[in-house]
Amino acid sequence: MSDGRAGALAHHFEDLDQQHEASSLGMWLFLATEVMFFGGVFAAYTVYRGMYLPGFEAGSHHLSIKLGAFNTVVLLCSSLTMALAVRAATLGKRRHLITFLALTLALGLTFVGVKLVFEWYHDYETGLAPGINWALAGPHSRGAELFFVFYFTLTGIHALHMVIGIGILAVLIGMAARGRFTPEGSNAIEMTGLYWHFVDIIWIFLFPLLYLIGAHY
Amino acid sequence: MTATATENSTGVNYLNVQYGIRSWLLTTDHKRIALLYLASITFFFLIGGISAVLIRIHLIEPQGALLQPATYNKMFSMHGIVMIFFFLIPSIPATMGNFLIPMMVGARDLAFPRINLLSWYIYVVAGLFTVYALIAGGVDTGWTFYTPLSTTYANGQVMAAALGVFIAGFSSILTGLNFIVTIHKMRAPGLTWSRLPLFVWAMYATSVIQVLGTPVVAVAIVLVGLERMFQVGVFDPALGGDPILFQHLFWFYSHPAVYIMILPSMGVVSELVTCFSKKRIFGYHFIAYSSLAIAAISFLVWGHHMYVSGQSVYASLVFSALSFAVAIPSAIKVFNWTATLYKGSVSYDSPMIYALGFIGLFTMGGLTGMFLASLATDIHLHDTYFVIAHFHYIMVGGALMGYLGGLHFWWPKITGRLYPDAWARFAALVIFIGFNLTFFPQFVVGYLGMPRRYAVYPEEFQVLNIMSSAGASILGVGYVIPLIYLIWSMRYGPAAGPNPWGATGLEWQTPSPPPTENFEQLPVVTEDAYEYGSKEAHVV
Amino acid sequence: MWSGFPLRPEQASTIAQGIDQLYFFLTAITLFFTFVIFTAIFYFAIRYRRKAKGEIPGQIEGSLPLEIFWSAVPLVLVVVIFVWSSSLFISNSRPPEAATEIFVIGKQWMWQLQHPDGAREINELHVPVGKPIKLTMTSEDVIHDFFIPAFRVKKDVVPGRYTSLWFEATKTGRFHLFCGQYCGVNHALMIGSVVVMEPEEYERWLSGSRKAETMAASGAQLYERFACITCHGAGKAPPFNDFYMSQVKLSDGSTVVANEEYIRESILYPSAKIHAGYDPIMPTFKGQISEEQLLQLIAFIKSLGPQERKSE
Repeated sequence: MSDGRAGALAHHFEDLDQQHEASSLGMWLFLATEVMFFGGVFAAYTVYRGMYLPGFEAGSHHLSIKLGAFNTVVLLCSSLTMALAVRAATLGKRRHLITFLALTLALGLTFVGVKLVFEWYHDYETGLAPGINWALAGPHSRGAELFFVFYFTLTGIHALHMVIGIGILAVLIGMAARGRFTPEGSNAIEMTGLYWHFVDIIWIFLFPLLYLIGAHY
Repeated sequence: MTATATENSTGVNYLNVQYGIRSWLLTTDHKRIALLYLASITFFFLIGGISAVLIRIHLIEPQGALLQPATYNKMFSMHGIVMIFFFLIPSIPATMGNFLIPMMVGARDLAFPRINLLSWYIYVVAGLFTVYALIAGGVDTGWTFYTPLSTTYANGQVMAAALGVFIAGFSSILTGLNFIVTIHKMRAPGLTWSRLPLFVWAMYATSVIQVLGTPVVAVAIVLVGLERMFQVGVFDPALGGDPILFQHLFWFYSHPAVYIMILPSMGVVSELVTCFSKKRIFGYHFIAYSSLAIAAISFLVWGHHMYVSGQSVYASLVFSALSFAVAIPSAIKVFNWTATLYKGSVSYDSPMIYALGFIGLFTMGGLTGMFLASLATDIHLHDTYFVIAHFHYIMVGGALMGYLGGLHFWWPKITGRLYPDAWARFAALVIFIGFNLTFFPQFVVGYLGMPRRYAVYPEEFQVLNIMSSAGASILGVGYVIPLIYLIWSMRYGPAAGPNPWGATGLEWQTPSPPPTENFEQLPVVTEDAYEYGSKEAHVV
Repeated sequence: MWSGFPLRPEQASTIAQGIDQLYFFLTAITLFFTFVIFTAIFYFAIRYRRKAKGEIPGQIEGSLPLEIFWSAVPLVLVVVIFVWSSSLFISNSRPPEAATEIFVIGKQWMWQLQHPDGAREINELHVPVGKPIKLTMTSEDVIHDFFIPAFRVKKDVVPGRYTSLWFEATKTGRFHLFCGQYCGVNHALMIGSVVVMEPEEYERWLSGSRKAETMAASGAQLYERFACITCHGAGKAPPFNDFYMSQVKLSDGSTVVANEEYIRESILYPSAKIHAGYDPIMPTFKGQISEEQLLQLIAFIKSLGPQERKSE
């Protein structure tokens, strides 16, 4: 989201403060649109959860709470490393910055990897992919199918955000290695941090809404 | 496009600073991006216009004069999709908003110039999908994509068209985001909120809707796409879904979208009535805040599209009350514009003719909205031609008149050239007459019961349909005239000078066309907007 | 209204006149304000036209009393209209208790109508004058909309659920029936007529029409054909006497009203809401039973139920 070359003042701004405030406000607005986007899916989810509660519970019971919890911890840790990266950037510590960005990236990859290999692929194999491979029978099959539609939609959109975030992190690491950030000119790091925390928070909502319906420990 | 600047100390302006296609396609100058948008939306206006012409020719005869029903359905679907998502929504924001907001707030550019360019490219990609859908067989779902028709039953290029609308949404979001940040953070020293031109206020309110509303329709389209691709039952009841939920998600955006179209025009008209009466705007704060009020209420009225859907009586009552509430800020604007003329020095330059036409037609469009907010009458009028007439009074009589008025007002600033004003006034008159002849009969035929989206209709409705088609041909001519003289003026028009209308506002204090960074020296603002009593007014 | 160029459709139902009165009131308000605004614009534009180049008129900031005045006037007006319109809407939306029920199924692109005594028609609805008629409607595919301009009634016909509308015709004759909601290629051909007849004539028409069994009787046959009776008649599943519109306790402790929606859902998706005290042994009938048969079964269950409770 941040515009202008890192470490430099873009031609159309008066000073660095103005540039920084503009990119912060821009990022927050972008996150507001994201809230509305996820809010729309959550609204639809809520409607169907009300209509098909037993089916949603049945569907949810096919998810692995352990993997979900593991991924939650992974993401929370990545938020910590991201925050440390932002701090390193403002302090001008380049080595720390690169380390923490790389850690964040690694944790992000872990999350997506677990999601993809141990969850989605497993779901697909066991016939839990609506419209592609759906094998769940039983009285609540219809509700469970809708549950999985929302499960894949929500986690899919979330994972897409993760992948985009990972891509940005990779670019930032490259730029940091070339010394493109200064304590004053590290807008891009800070904005990426906001984005990363937001994606993290979305997961904090997704985990209980998808994994923890109707206790099944 | 060539232009020589006059009264410009260096003679270099944003148009002649660089030449060649690359300098346009890679520009980050908000003024050039505005022109890229202007060209693209004009292209889509032509597509939408041609489909409108075919629709009106077809409806001359009750049995249909021209098209098969299937083709007719594709025509009105394309007309709706193209005109709404590719013309009206970007129209004023992406062209005049882009061009003027940085100048009106006294900045060198929008806050995020590259994102601005990106939004144009996104728009173009979205447009390509839509054009593909049109060429590859068309869509016949209507612009509303109602489920389960769109997800299960409709053939044709539904996915391509839906994808086009989905992508266009991002362009709209980025434009709105850019404007909000620019208006918040890039104002010149001394330019407080209550000194901002009302066009900026209106664009601000519009941008809020764009940023908060558009993502929701994106969700609705994603779910439609998933259902169509994988046959999973999100909206189709045969698969366990709820078709009405789609309508909630769709109208949550698409009703506010109507205000994305009309608010910018209200902003333009506020600028025009004050400039051509040489008077401060009457009730500045009331006009400014009414824009925000309209934007806020717009998010709470979507249910009035669903009075006959089987929605609960109580929900309908609440939505009805809230819909009526929109009448008050709208009325405040109309009364204030009219009062601005009082004891003014009113001139009849063409932008003013458009503005006065706007006030009249918007008044009618707004008042006929009450018939549809009112539950008892809407039951009968819902999905009839009355609705068509009502929203064309708002969107064509309102939004498009405002767009043309604004284009004529700022054309000298954009191109540095004047157009023949007599032709422009003539065109405005032709459009006004053609418009009323086209759409007024539709109120009557609607109350008589003619449903919308009918390729064939009972014979007793024919007279009114012929009137409407006759009006449409006049209207069509009315739109071609400005296209000709405006293009003509780019080469042959006399030089405009920095401030041909004697207007206030920062954009008039820089040469026409403006230099790349808008101002040779960044302005400092010391007075309210529209200070016609003070010195600048004598520039004429 | 001069003939040959009508401004409103025929008034052929009990509610039409009330709607028209509101409509013409709104039209009067529209014309009045349009006139006021146009006159003011023309008057000001001419009276205060620019007389000399560069003249600067006296500047006026605005006026708070005026702003209050022209906010208050529309406010009062819309409140009046809202109250008028909403009370009309509420009283119009409540069907009289004695209404005869006719079933409507919309499908691309035809209307299928079924009278309680079993008479069926396509795209044409015969009704007696002066008798309230309630339509219970559903769709087999997409959303349609049942619209009779002369009666000023309209309601979407939605797949997967039942919607209803009612009217009482006041005039004999033939009136347009339109599909109001765009429903695909032949949307404009999904039209028909409503034929309003004198009651005796209607009786004659009914007895002359292709004689089928009553809806409830057909439902009773289905009740046996689909072997519902095996369980519902033997205590293994809830019996249907006095069942319609009763409070049903569900296995999860909640209660629902046994209305059309519930009966329909229980036939298609038996496990969705289980009647307390019974095992969930019922198989689904989705795919085996048509919308029409569903309506017949509902009519049958209604016929066993308490006569005409207050609906809604």
